Amino acid sequence: METVTLDSNFKSEEYFINMGPQHPATHGVLRLLLTIDGEIIKKVEPDLGYIHRSIEKMCERDSYQQIVHLTDRMDYLSANINNEAVCLTVENALQLEIPERVKVIRTIIGELTRISSHCLWWGVMGMDVGALTTYFYGFRDRELLNDIFEETCGARLTMNYNVPGGLMFDIHPNFVKRVKDFIAHFKTKLPEYDRLLTNNIIFQKRTKGVGILSKEDAISFGASGPVGRASGYSCDVRIHHPYSALDKVTFNEALRTEGDTYARYLVRIQEMWESLSIVEQLIDNIPEGEYRVATNAVIKLPKGEYYQKVETARGELGVYIISTGLKSPYRLKFRSPGFSNLSLLNHIAVGGKIGDLVASMATLDLVIPDIDR
Amino acid sequence: MTIALSITKNIHDWLYSIMPETAAMYAEMVLIALVYLGVFAIAGLFLVLLERRVAAWFQLRIGPNRVGFQGLLQTMADAIKLLSKELTGTAKADKFLYNLAPYFVIISSLMALSVFPFTQEFQAFDINIGIFFLIAVSSIGVIGILLGGWSSNNKFAMIGAMRSGVQTISYELSIGLSLLTMVLITGSLQLSEIVEVQKSGWLIVQGHIPAIIAFMIYMIAGTAETNRAPFDMVEAESELGAGFHTEYSGMKFAYFFLAEFINMFIIAAIATTVFFGAWLSPFGITESIPLLGVFWFLLKALILVFLMMWFRWTFPRLRIDQLLTLEWKYLLPLNLANIVIMALLVWHNLTISF
Repeated sequence: METVTLDSNFKSEEYFINMGPQHPATHGVLRLLLTIDGEIIKKVEPDLGYIHRSIEKMCERDSYQQIVHLTDRMDYLSANINNEAVCLTVENALQLEIPERVKVIRTIIGELTRISSHCLWWGVMGMDVGALTTYFYGFRDRELLNDIFEETCGARLTMNYNVPGGLMFDIHPNFVKRVKDFIAHFKTKLPEYDRLLTNNIIFQKRTKGVGILSKEDAISFGASGPVGRASGYSCDVRIHHPYSALDKVTFNEALRTEGDTYARYLVRIQEMWESLSIVEQLIDNIPEGEYRVATNAVIKLPKGEYYQKVETARGELGVYIISTGLKSPYRLKFRSPGFSNLSLLNHIAVGGKIGDLVASMATLDLVIPDIDR
Repeated sequence: MTIALSITKNIHDWLYSIMPETAAMYAEMVLIALVYLGVFAIAGLFLVLLERRVAAWFQLRIGPNRVGFQGLLQTMADAIKLLSKELTGTAKADKFLYNLAPYFVIISSLMALSVFPFTQEFQAFDINIGIFFLIAVSSIGVIGILLGGWSSNNKFAMIGAMRSGVQTISYELSIGLSLLTMVLITGSLQLSEIVEVQKSGWLIVQGHIPAIIAFMIYMIAGTAETNRAPFDMVEAESELGAGFHTEYSGMKFAYFFLAEFINMFIIAAIATTVFFGAWLSPFGITESIPLLGVFWFLLKALILVFLMMWFRWTFPRLRIDQLLTLEWKYLLPLNLANIVIMALLVWHNLTISF
């Protein structure tokens, strides 16, 4: 982008504009305090707290089974992975032996959740850069997944499928067949995504070289998930600290080095392919066995501190529990990916146009309830 | 058509028999204006419906199909809803300009409609500077957008309006120049003359390569002129909320909305007239039935309208600097070169005519 130095006689005036909390591009109640000079962004200040629900505080009051349900309401697009994170922490603390069947099912559903989240992101990404049709294409494929989830556990979005010790129910007899059908379907539809948006020249012009984030900045801002990986920062928890059945599968980490909006876009598209391959590897050999191990009705974690991180669709979600041996945690902290990813918005958006800000923000894939817990 | 002609003839005779000549002339003008106003207000509503059905078709949806047969009355119902709505506005708006703005937009688009030759006989206003009139009148609309955005005292609306000013002024050059390229063949700005010339082949055929280039430039610039995607910088909803009409509600909003669709029809109708022989049928197959002229005109125009809808529901939006780069660095030089090529073509009689 060329910068033009203006004649000193020409007086330009910076002004302040509120983007949000009710704005179509912020996808929720995020308020951005923009300082702009004409179309050029001078400063972006995110203002949070519009849907803060004190989830972490509520966790200090609730039993561990109840906490799982609260996590659905954080990053609602990867609800199942959030549930899994808490369950894994509790199970690790109790040193429970989890059946293989549970691990495999958790991983399959987790990857399907990731695909479903990325489908929605893809639709919204297109909408943010002005291609409204993508939204419906993304939703078409997401609906199929939601139907599978509904059949499995009765809920489509906030699933509550995991409980400490295993799963709420066993999978539905149709599950394997429907997932296979979905894989076959989605393999024909993902190239369509490329034809509609990825290869579009306007889209590439809008995203290439926009919102560049270097690897060093990605690390220092604590970026994780696709945002970090697009800058060449290998941060996939599934590879570095595999959990559940992820150590049984082989897949590539979607890594790119450009660090721009287009790279973040491509990383997510590649992640959908990788998730499909993970599901494909596991779906045929779900081991027989129990879907749940019995725990005490009142779970009391031994005194101590426990940490578990998982890779949600947005990045690294950490669950940190301090237990004093009571039925609810003394303190529970979620390290949510959205919060750290949002913190670098100012860094990547300054100097760009309003349109660039919207495009970059779309590839950060913000879910506001995840940021405002 | 003959019936319609005889009705107009009868009304004409009757008016001249009951009042002095000048008064009859005025009365006739008002009548024609009212007919155009009524017909195109309703046509605009159906274009809205068409857009919604086309969008639904692209987007794996069904679209409005409940009100009336296949949703034909849906936009009527919407218009009635908008009419009955309260007109809200900002307290610190410049009231006079704020209220004036929608009329600029709607009037400019309705005025432009008056010169189109729908058939040989059915043309309200055949002036010798037809093309010039069209370009001039259709650019009045941007004043309405600028006023609307500026006077509503809203920063988002203001950004939208400023974008619109920049965009429309830029792309008007391309519209004008690409039409002038075609005028080189016809040698006249009068629309009926332009159609007359096309009896020996539509201009897009007569002018072959430069004409096709001119047509493509015209369609790009025309889409930009109507502020539609991929050039909908003015109301880019993911960036500016609703853009320049953020603070408008009810019927004032509906004027902007309707004007957008009538403008789209105008852009398509200009292209039909200048490039595709207006009411002339392909290969003269229905030349003996002048009634079908309207059918051919509307068919061609609607195909082009569909093309523009196709653009809108497929492409992402450009960024404002890319929009200006496209115009000033690519389309304008190409256009100027194209005019020279066309001039050489006409000079050396290299046009194709049957």
